[in-house]
Amino acid sequence: MPEIFHPRHPAIVRITHWLITLSFLALLLTGVEILISHPRFYWGEIGNVNTRPLFTLPIPSSRDTVPTGYGYVLPDQNGWSRYLHFEAAWVAVLTGLLYLAFGFSKGHFRRNLFLAPSDLSPTSLATDIARHLRFGRPTDDEAGSYNVLQRLSYLLVIFVLFPLIIWTGLAMSPAIEGMFPALVTVLGGRQSARTMHFFVTIFLVLFLLIHVLMVYLAGFRKRVGAMIVDRLPKAVERL
Amino acid sequence: MNKISRRKLITAGLVGAAGATGFAVAVNLAKRYGLIPPDAGVLYGPGETLTYAAQRLLSRHSMAREFARSEISKDPFANEVDPLGIEFQRLRDGAFVDWRLAVDGMVARPMSFSLAELKSLPQSAQITFIACEEGWSYIAEWSGVPLAHVLNLVGALPQARYVVYRSIQPDWWDSIDMSDALHPQTLLTLSMNGGELPVPFGGPLRLRVPRQLGYKNVKYVTSLTVTDSLKRFGKGLGSSAPEGGYAWYAGI
Repeated sequence: MPEIFHPRHPAIVRITHWLITLSFLALLLTGVEILISHPRFYWGEIGNVNTRPLFTLPIPSSRDTVPTGYGYVLPDQNGWSRYLHFEAAWVAVLTGLLYLAFGFSKGHFRRNLFLAPSDLSPTSLATDIARHLRFGRPTDDEAGSYNVLQRLSYLLVIFVLFPLIIWTGLAMSPAIEGMFPALVTVLGGRQSARTMHFFVTIFLVLFLLIHVLMVYLAGFRKRVGAMIVDRLPKAVERL
Repeated sequence: MNKISRRKLITAGLVGAAGATGFAVAVNLAKRYGLIPPDAGVLYGPGETLTYAAQRLLSRHSMAREFARSEISKDPFANEVDPLGIEFQRLRDGAFVDWRLAVDGMVARPMSFSLAELKSLPQSAQITFIACEEGWSYIAEWSGVPLAHVLNLVGALPQARYVVYRSIQPDWWDSIDMSDALHPQTLLTLSMNGGELPVPFGGPLRLRVPRQLGYKNVKYVTSLTVTDSLKRFGKGLGSSAPEGGYAWYAGI
């Protein structure tokens, strides 16, 4: 008897998911490396060790010009980190564009991401929040798509946090600043852009942690398997 | 079954061939229009090439942001400078009267300029920020001779594609393409905030390339070489930065 499989995720979603994952992890690692060369943040146009920071991270630095209170200086990793940061950014942006084109043209966003007004009713939201707070597993009829809180968080990441991280990143490029000055001035200056880039990163990392926790609660191997192959192989399903 | 897979195979083959041809054409066009950076061959060359090509296509004539006098930083940060050596000390003791800027390479008239001669040329001033790749920045008023003016005086040849510039500090040299070299804001900087350019900030002579990050703004410049290829300079990567693991292009 032929088995009927319903792929949980379309191929484009699976491919772009892992390309974004890889490039995000590369961006995060290299971003941290670049950050430790100056773990101080400012607001406005300018900021350096002679000006008052908005706040300072209590970590050592890879430059001896930065007063950190630590008696040692970490090795400089900025060369390859900057190279890889921008290369990974290209991968993330091009992959993101492919995903957006697919999501809009093939009805993926309409079916699986956008919310009906009824989804946002207090009772619907309350039910979903309560289930999440109980760490309840999704019901069977939900397993084919995303629940309300899931949709809201994916929408936030795709249409708010990712555009913001790209914008604040571009606003730190001296060449781009010259081409599109409004990109920077709207944010309040290049140091404000850098500080926002840091906070948007924090939100993206928070999303990553909660996302992985949710996948774990929903059945790690099954869910990760579904994001890799279109149907669950027998061996995986048994586990 | 067989038919489908054959059709698929042919389609995939055609798509692959079209992709490969398209890529080859794109590479050729990029080469012809100078969109491939000299460090394109390093590990992260593909991303670097995309960045440089995209920014050059968009920014060939764009200007760096300029600021109001009131925005000039009160406490600019000069960053660390390695010990400057005996030769620099000798020139400094003589109030830099003997400082020379030699210009050679693909030029009609190789020339050498003293600081006084540079000061007698038309001056230009700008209030721009300098931003370090580490993340910090400050704003200052810089003035000096536009590099384009000097290139015009020596008669840079039309086939010139890069200007190599060297510091008095050993092993510190860099290069920019003609888009930056001929850019009106690229300055052989002699003065900062209305006074002499202080030594920690690169005095007596610093090349300001305000559309790129701090490390392209080499301090203590002593010579310029106009060239059509960077292969013969150092390891052929365009500057000492890629030899130390940093990107040649620093517009980002």
